[in-house]
Amino acid sequence: MHDRPVEIRVHDFGEVDTGMSATEARFEAERCIQCKKPLCVKGCPVNIDIPAFIREIAAGDFRKAAAIIKEQNMLPAICGRVCPQEVQCEGQCILGKKGKPIAIGELERFVADQERAQGMVMPQKKPATGRRVAVVGAGPAGLTAAAELARMGYRVTLFESLHAAGGVLMYGIPEFRLPKEIVKAEIDAVLALGVELKLNHLVGRSVTTKELLSYDAVFLGTGAGLPYFMGLPGENLPGVYSANEFLTRVNLMRADRFPIFDTPIKRGSRVVVAGGGNVAMDAARVAVRLGGKVTLVYRRREEDLPARVHEIERAKEEGVEFVMCANPVKILGDQAMTGVECIRMEMCALDASGRPEPKEKEGSTFTIDADVFIAAIGQGPNPLLIGELPEMKKGRRGNVTIDENGHTSMRKVFAGGDVATGAATVILAMGAAKTAAHAIDKMLREE
Amino acid sequence: MFKIEKTGPIADKIYEMWVNAPHVAHHAQAGQFVIFRIDEKGERIPLTVSAVDGDSIRVVFMAIGKTTTHLASLRAGDAVQDVAGPLGKPSEIKKYGTCVLVGGGVGTACLPIIGHALRAAGNRVIGIVGARNAGLLILEEEMKKACDELHISTDDGSKGFHGFAADLLKQAMAREKIDAVWIIGPTIMMKVTAEATRPAAIRTFVSVNPVMVDGTGMCGSCRVTVGGETKFACVDGPEFDAHQVDFNALMQRMRTYQPEEKASLEKFQEHQCKLGGGHHA
Ligand SMILES: Cc1cc2nc3c(=O)[nH]c(=O)nc-3n(C[C@H](O)[C@H](O)[C@H](O)COP(=O)(O)OP(=O)(O)OC[C@H]3O[C@@H](n4cnc5c(N)ncnc54)[C@H](O)[C@@H]3O)c2cc1C
Ligand SMILES: Cc1cc2nc3c(=O)[nH]c(=O)nc-3n(C[C@H](O)[C@H](O)[C@H](O)COP(=O)(O)OP(=O)(O)OC[C@H]3O[C@@H](n4cnc5c(N)ncnc54)[C@H](O)[C@@H]3O)c2cc1C
Ligand code: SF4
Ligand code: SF4
Ligand code: FES
Repeated sequence: MHDRPVEIRVHDFGEVDTGMSATEARFEAERCIQCKKPLCVKGCPVNIDIPAFIREIAAGDFRKAAAIIKEQNMLPAICGRVCPQEVQCEGQCILGKKGKPIAIGELERFVADQERAQGMVMPQKKPATGRRVAVVGAGPAGLTAAAELARMGYRVTLFESLHAAGGVLMYGIPEFRLPKEIVKAEIDAVLALGVELKLNHLVGRSVTTKELLSYDAVFLGTGAGLPYFMGLPGENLPGVYSANEFLTRVNLMRADRFPIFDTPIKRGSRVVVAGGGNVAMDAARVAVRLGGKVTLVYRRREEDLPARVHEIERAKEEGVEFVMCANPVKILGDQAMTGVECIRMEMCALDASGRPEPKEKEGSTFTIDADVFIAAIGQGPNPLLIGELPEMKKGRRGNVTIDENGHTSMRKVFAGGDVATGAATVILAMGAAKTAAHAIDKMLREE
Repeated sequence: MFKIEKTGPIADKIYEMWVNAPHVAHHAQAGQFVIFRIDEKGERIPLTVSAVDGDSIRVVFMAIGKTTTHLASLRAGDAVQDVAGPLGKPSEIKKYGTCVLVGGGVGTACLPIIGHALRAAGNRVIGIVGARNAGLLILEEEMKKACDELHISTDDGSKGFHGFAADLLKQAMAREKIDAVWIIGPTIMMKVTAEATRPAAIRTFVSVNPVMVDGTGMCGSCRVTVGGETKFACVDGPEFDAHQVDFNALMQRMRTYQPEEKASLEKFQEHQCKLGGGHHA
């Protein structure tokens, strides 16, 4: 991990982490003790043969390493960058018990970047089955399901409502953590397997559910894109954004380059972000790059912040001010917002999540002057398509209920990723999609 | 890429454009809209589907800012990079009895498709079209076909009734029992006109146009307050109960990017001038 210097990187959207050199990668790979029963693989939701690809790096055969990864994961340059490795593969690595775990994510990223520079390795594909499968949503779940099914010989049509595939990878995660060129290249590799991508198609509107159910099987990977607002007075004032809107304007529409790109954004001189997850960190760091002085307000303690530790550190380095144990209660302003009224929070008894429950401290309100407010307090499953399928069984928060094979309550219809779990991670979405793709294959072969 | 089949001005600053977009054409219903993105650098802008023919849809728009001015400069044979849709909920079409469709300016373009659907559902339809002056009147013939009767008003009296569409609406209400009303036009016109039907509590719809980004319910940019609740116009609307919409908050949100919009248009016009014309900027 080599981060570019703070004083330079806060002025651009270039990648923060510049990755490993070939020498460093081989050196790191040689540290792996090639466990007979590798724990790291258990920590990877898509079961990459980690020791095998690391062995090829150590031997200097980076292309072979890429081929091994691609057997299980078509999006390695992405996962190598954004997986929370510390709680997955690296969290399980045996070397981590006593010292530093192998930097599996960095190695995966290195291999994928090498491969991309030299031309992608195409994985094996089975002969055509003549059956058709519809995949809805081109986020990590949909892309993975599409790739798996295409490799198994199915004719896959992938529907995406936006003008670009990638889901959160394109519109949510900022360029400085995940360059869009890399996302596009990995998506192109999925499409090269023969997946037909239909952009600008909102299923439920551009495609009826009847048309959708005319496919031999359906996979729903529509994600958790519904932004939650806090219900604060003044929340609809100009200057108040959901993190989704703020990030989409910049990542997908390139509002940071307005007016070269047409989409505008309010460049707040003082920005308040509410929330403590990865989304909040991303929104805060984007706001820094747009020239704002940024304050992040979180209702619990610093140790409760759900974001990845690295990203919290980087946000701090970049000048984001952290105000812990506080919560916004009101957006101030008349024609446009002028500030955020917050209240201090007291930490009380532990709640269901094992963290202390925050309670408002009476009479402790304070004001932060701000012209932009970003609510980054979570997202729910996209209700639109699910709403058009009334017979589909749903959970309490509107998420699609699935069994261990990704099967929904509807015959032929499978689902996976954030639409089933609520906002989670890229690799969990991919793992779920893979499971569902295999279940679809099994179902169609047994028919 | 979506090919432009036919395009041109139909009134001062108002253009119609037919675009080949089968996925929209085969599914669009009255009241729905599309999102256009002209090119790689373009903004996503919502436009109402105002007619459908085979694989093609028509949009009618007013050149007011950067994107609509750019759109107006395109010609048949050119293409629009992205056309997403149809989006939004269709108009609530059912048998009401007698319905009035009130159009203001470019909003009039949304009405014929609704009129046809309402008549097909067995309603009597009265059309009222208002414009600042005769030169801004659009789609008169089409409105005649979509309505059982059509009334016209101009603010300056250059054609039809000298006054506002709201006055004609009140006259219609005085003449006969009205069961449902659609008002589509500039926000301030919708706000004012909807007051005409409030005392009699006549079912009244308006089509709101907040700033949108995705148009799929993902960003919340399009939020409007309806009956005290926050709604996303792109998925819960764009048509809402006129008597429940907080128009003042809507207008405030619509002004969010005014300085940026001005800068963007100025830059575009400067660029067009340099190219000496306007075509293919
Ligand atoms: C700002 C941000 C930062 C994050 N950072 C990380 C991180 O560092 N590491 C990590 O692992 N995870 C991170 N996550 C979470 C991760 O991105 C998600 O868990 C993951 O993208 C879920 O994948 P998905 O395919 O289920 O859904 P999504 O990525 O949401 O994709 C769903 C796709 O479906 C499309 N769609 C929805 N409805 C329809 C419809 N009806 N018809 C057609 N298309 C439709 C959407 O447009 C979208 O493209 C982050 C999330 C956000 C928002
Ligand atoms: C559901 C819906 C249907 C619409 N149908 C039509 C139509 O049929 N014909 C028509 O002429 N206009 C329609 N509009 C309005 C149209 O989208 C705006 O005129 C257009 O976006 C202006 O873009 P611009 O770059 O030319 O102007 P700008 O200078 O950017 O903006 C001018 C005004 O348009 C509004 N606007 C700007 N950007 C957006 C955006 N991304 N989304 C929505 N509004 C925006 C703002 O209120 C702004 O004050 C509709 C809007 C909505 C929400
Ligand atoms: S995909 Fe993610 S979890 Fe699996 S090995 Fe790679 S970085 Fe680790
Ligand atoms: S657990 Fe660690 S040391 Fe063992 S194989 Fe995996 S990466 Fe190598
Ligand atoms: S435009 Fe994004 S939610 Fe409506």
